[in-house]
Amino acid sequence: MMTIPLESGLILSGILFSLGLVGVLIRRNIIFILMSIEIMLNAAGMAFIFAGARWGQPDGQVMFVFILTMAAAEVSVGLALILQIYSKFKSLDADAASKMRG
Amino acid sequence: MFQLLWLVPALPFFSFLILALAGKRLPRSLAAILGVGSVGISALLTIGIGIQFISSPPVDHMFIQQLWSWLDVSGFSPHIAFHLDALSLVFIFVITFVGFLIHLYSSEFMLDDEGFSRFFAYMNLFVGSMLTLVLADNLLLLYLGWEGVGLCSYLLIGFWYQDPANGYAARKAFVVTRVGDTAMAIGLFLLYTHFRTLNISIILEQAPVHWMVGSSIAVTVALLLLGGAVGKSAQLPLQTWLPDAMAGPTPVSALIHAATMVTAGVYLIARTHVLFELAPLAQTIVAIVGALTLLLAGFSAITQYDIKRVLAYSTISQIGYMFLALGVGAWSAGIFHFMTHAFFKALLFLGAGVIILALHHEHNMFKMGGLKKQLPVTFWTFLIASASLAALPLITSGFYSKDMILWFAFSSEQGSPWLWAAGLFGAFITAIYTFRMVFITFYGEAHQQISHKPGIRLKIPLVVLAFLALVAGFIEIPHTLGNLPLLSDFLHSVLPEPKVLHDSVGLELVLQIVSAVVVLVGIYVAYVFFLKKRDLTEKIGKVPIMQTLHQYWFTGWAFDWLYDHIFVFPLVWFSKINKNDFIDQVYTGIAALNRFGNRFFSRTQTGNLRWYAVGLAFGALVTITIVMFL
Repeated sequence: MMTIPLESGLILSGILFSLGLVGVLIRRNIIFILMSIEIMLNAAGMAFIFAGARWGQPDGQVMFVFILTMAAAEVSVGLALILQIYSKFKSLDADAASKMRG
Repeated sequence: MFQLLWLVPALPFFSFLILALAGKRLPRSLAAILGVGSVGISALLTIGIGIQFISSPPVDHMFIQQLWSWLDVSGFSPHIAFHLDALSLVFIFVITFVGFLIHLYSSEFMLDDEGFSRFFAYMNLFVGSMLTLVLADNLLLLYLGWEGVGLCSYLLIGFWYQDPANGYAARKAFVVTRVGDTAMAIGLFLLYTHFRTLNISIILEQAPVHWMVGSSIAVTVALLLLGGAVGKSAQLPLQTWLPDAMAGPTPVSALIHAATMVTAGVYLIARTHVLFELAPLAQTIVAIVGALTLLLAGFSAITQYDIKRVLAYSTISQIGYMFLALGVGAWSAGIFHFMTHAFFKALLFLGAGVIILALHHEHNMFKMGGLKKQLPVTFWTFLIASASLAALPLITSGFYSKDMILWFAFSSEQGSPWLWAAGLFGAFITAIYTFRMVFITFYGEAHQQISHKPGIRLKIPLVVLAFLALVAGFIEIPHTLGNLPLLSDFLHSVLPEPKVLHDSVGLELVLQIVSAVVVLVGIYVAYVFFLKKRDLTEKIGKVPIMQTLHQYWFTGWAFDWLYDHIFVFPLVWFSKINKNDFIDQVYTGIAALNRFGNRFFSRTQTGNLRWYAVGLAFGALVTITIVMFL
């Protein structure tokens, strides 16, 4: 069975994480921000999987299941918040919800 | 009888409590009965105790009554205990007896005052505190009484508080005496650190054992106690408060600022005489302070217009005599002069009070005049008291006490001809200012008619005190006239006799004749300048240099001016420039820094979600960098 070296796996998850972070920072549409967060979560999960495979331990996959569960909960709460924001500001722009200044 | 000793101070305190709590609701007659009666019963008890003390003296000539333990902190346990011996007996006799007469006088003098019961409450508190002071068996209780009389002095000087000037005089008296009291408190601390107790008799027993004569610690303690004494007794350099203290009602001046409280310093020095004997330097300073004060105050007394201020300066001067006596080791002579002075000076103040009352609160002597016919009882008693103050030979008590002081100032080991000469010159000045006052007030033309005849309660104290001012001297007859030193023998159990260098009766007689002649000349000078040839005196007063001198003496040698410039104005100036307390700047600085930080960081709270995310990412980056590379 062909094994992928840990370094390339971690680099891949690092790239994915950075992409997600950049998405969070530069996107204004709040749904895209939420999706970028999902990418960051999955990148972190992937790092766990690689690490688990590297050491031959199940812990990595256990952590991934945790992250998956948490991501599902996060998405449900996040979508509910997005609906509230949309009904309040009639917009999905994250910068519109900047009333809590100062 | 001795067991009733605690009642002597307790009765005035009890009456004070009732008058202070319910005084406004009591009718005037009841307030007067309480106020006068409590002191009267104390006086009767004192006389009873005194008779028993003389007829069957207790063991060691002292009686100690322990009431209860005041406090008990790691070995420091002063008791509320009264110590009766010959010295305190003389003092409580004068305090209660003269106090009773002055209370009786006040019950008529203050009758129309709206603060009638308040007045008696303060007066009773004063008598109680003063008795505590002289009966205290430890220095802490003595200090309690000491501060108690200071408080009463403050309250009574400012009794007519509607006039701000009276309040100012009261504050001045309080603050100036506080300077001395602070020195005294430090002295007590030193005594405690050395002897681990403040019990007077233990300290007086231990001090000669542990301390060498002239050792620096003994001198320091004695000087600190002297500081307290000069503050309370209005001696140089803390004498400035007493003339202003005359703002109080006249009975207050008679009781507090002539007869009793101002002599507390004399009592303190006499009580701790062992410490002063261990510190010859301090004792010499006592004598010099006394001699200087009696001269300076005498000169000031000659120039005053206000009859009460004449008496105030005269009081300072006479206490100077007492200090002179203490300073040369003639302890009994000082106490003797305290007693005779209490009688005649209280009488002078009470007489002045009658005049002031009769002339619509007129204090200026030059507006009085010709009162001899209008107030005969007052005139004769006032004349007796003046003769006693001026030490008219043979017939007055003042002669015997002052002469005893002069004799010991000359003959005792610590004495010197200089001290004697100062005392003699002081006697000359005393005769002048006393009879200047008599001649201006009672002789000459009448400037106003009197409006108020003194009643019986004003006259009784005058007559009784006049009798005492005449006969009180006969308890101590000098060698030259038969040698009958009853008081010295009585005080001998407490106060040692002075060590005399010259012991010749002939020399004593010569000195006595000299001082008698000086007094008579002084009275004659007063007669010439202030009765016979007034216009000549006025002419002399117009000479510029005399005017300057007059101004100088009139303001009490400009001590107020001096103290204003040395202490008061710099302090006022400093507090003005330091209105925003500079130490506060540190705290306001810290507050400003915090407020700046708050404003700065609240800028970053933009409400912009993505900026927060940038912050988070940046923070994570920094953390990771630190973890990885450091």
